[in-house]
Amino acid sequence: MKVIIIDDEPLARSIVKEYLANYPEVEVVQECGDGFEGVKAIAQHQPDLIFLDIQMPKITGFEMLELIDNPPDVIFTTAFDEYAMQAFDAHAVDYLLKPFGRDRFDKAIQKWKSQANKSAVRPLMEDSVKQPEEHNRVVVKSGNAIKILPTSEIHYIEAYDDYVKIHTKDGFHLKKKTMNFFEKALDVSQFVRVHRSYIIALSQLTKIEMKEKDTHLAKMQSGNLIPMSKTGYLKLKEVLGI
Amino acid sequence: MTESRKIMLLEFGWWLVWVQFQAAAIRFAGFDWQLAITDAGISNFILGWEGYVIVIMLRYYQPKQSRIYYLLLWSAALAIICVLMIEFLLGIIYDENAEYLRFLDNTFVMRFGFSFLMLAFISVIGWMWYYLQTQQKDETRKADVEKMSRDAELYSLRQQLQPHFLFNSLNSINALIAVEPEKARTMVQQLSDFFRGTLKRQESHKVTLSEELVQLKLYLDIEKVRFGHRLKTEIIHDEECDKMTIPSLLMQPVVENAIKFGLYDVTGDVLLTIRAEIKDKMLRVCVENPFDPETAVPQKGTGFGLRSIERRLYLLYGRNDLLSTEKEGDIFRTCILIPQTT
Repeated sequence: MKVIIIDDEPLARSIVKEYLANYPEVEVVQECGDGFEGVKAIAQHQPDLIFLDIQMPKITGFEMLELIDNPPDVIFTTAFDEYAMQAFDAHAVDYLLKPFGRDRFDKAIQKWKSQANKSAVRPLMEDSVKQPEEHNRVVVKSGNAIKILPTSEIHYIEAYDDYVKIHTKDGFHLKKKTMNFFEKALDVSQFVRVHRSYIIALSQLTKIEMKEKDTHLAKMQSGNLIPMSKTGYLKLKEVLGI
Repeated sequence: MTESRKIMLLEFGWWLVWVQFQAAAIRFAGFDWQLAITDAGISNFILGWEGYVIVIMLRYYQPKQSRIYYLLLWSAALAIICVLMIEFLLGIIYDENAEYLRFLDNTFVMRFGFSFLMLAFISVIGWMWYYLQTQQKDETRKADVEKMSRDAELYSLRQQLQPHFLFNSLNSINALIAVEPEKARTMVQQLSDFFRGTLKRQESHKVTLSEELVQLKLYLDIEKVRFGHRLKTEIIHDEECDKMTIPSLLMQPVVENAIKFGLYDVTGDVLLTIRAEIKDKMLRVCVENPFDPETAVPQKGTGFGLRSIERRLYLLYGRNDLLSTEKEGDIFRTCILIPQTT
């Protein structure tokens, strides 16, 4: 069984490795110091399990998971307090609070082994534990590169099957998230969901056009016309105070 | 507003009851119903209006407990006005009814006494009502203030403990115990010294720069164990700075900020520089860390640490211009000027 350890502190990785030495059937195929390396290593090795820290350089562990289409089983290793992590309990195999002893570690491995057969998809809870820096940025994949997109660069967001298209001045990025997620995550004073399938940035709005009675379009600086639902139009009017 | 509406409703009900009583009394004295009701209606209308005036006055001015006799003075004055108006109005309306005019004359004192008692009663009730209201408001405010100061205290305690730093350091020690027990021992010592230094010092206290640097160096050494070769530090200081004073633990959050910013914003090696020099007879300490100009999102989070330093500098020196930040290429620099009082 293949395992990858992703943590920016070398000693934190070494303790996991040390504890894993008791399990000869488990092989640590790679160690990563940040989420970028993590994404690459997971694509390359397709591990069965990863140990993942949360606070890491550039992108957090949560953001890293968002970039992976079929994430492996995850055991979080973190110094965060228990309450914050409990929200993730159901979505990860387990979470280990640093510093953790061998007993606790063994328990996590047992839990993973007993779950391994019924490897149900465990989507991450979308709006639970957010890091402060995650509130004003979105991590996206563009080609093989990973891009950290400040929310200020978003023009509008469009629903696209299981994905959303995040439109910016350079085109769009796809991300596997729901519209509801973005509606909740983005600053309500700057973004408005004007339609079931559209969220627009107020900074990009230039004009509200009337197509016919009760049907309005939002004209963006880029020239795009975004359809608005009746409730969306009312919400927009309320936010703009008109 | 609802409380005054409640008072008014109460007063109106009271007033209706008294109109009936008075009308019945006058009828009993031998006058017809029409006259009795007119008398009672007009008398109580004026009385009710004056009661309302008292309540309004109380809303804007409530005499202190020691001046509560004001209420009686007001009531007496208003009662006289009330009775004079009643006698005048009813005297005009029934100026041909000699028997009734005599009755009015005879009941002057009684009417005054009655009005006075009613007004005094209304004012005392109203006063008590408002008194309770203000007391309740005061209490909630006091509770709010207490809660705020408790929260602030808790926050500063938690800051002092820095759970994230502590737990991660303990985790490193845990790992070192197996591979390098000597180093683990050193780190336990460093960690203890660091926390002892934090707890010992008080916010208002001033220390020399060299003392402050010892504490910072402890912190950086621990972080270097945690982050391994990624973190490099450099402390440059002129010798004549060493004896200059600095509010204790002032630089700690600046350095923490630089570490957080530096280590979490770039993926490669990080060089953190602390530079101390004399500028315009003041001590100037700068902390430099690398950052990624392309992706550095203007963070709201980092602002907090710096803002609390700004606040502290303002409280200590009354100046708002002592903290500055600048970007130079991929270097982020935070500088603090510390005035020297000799």
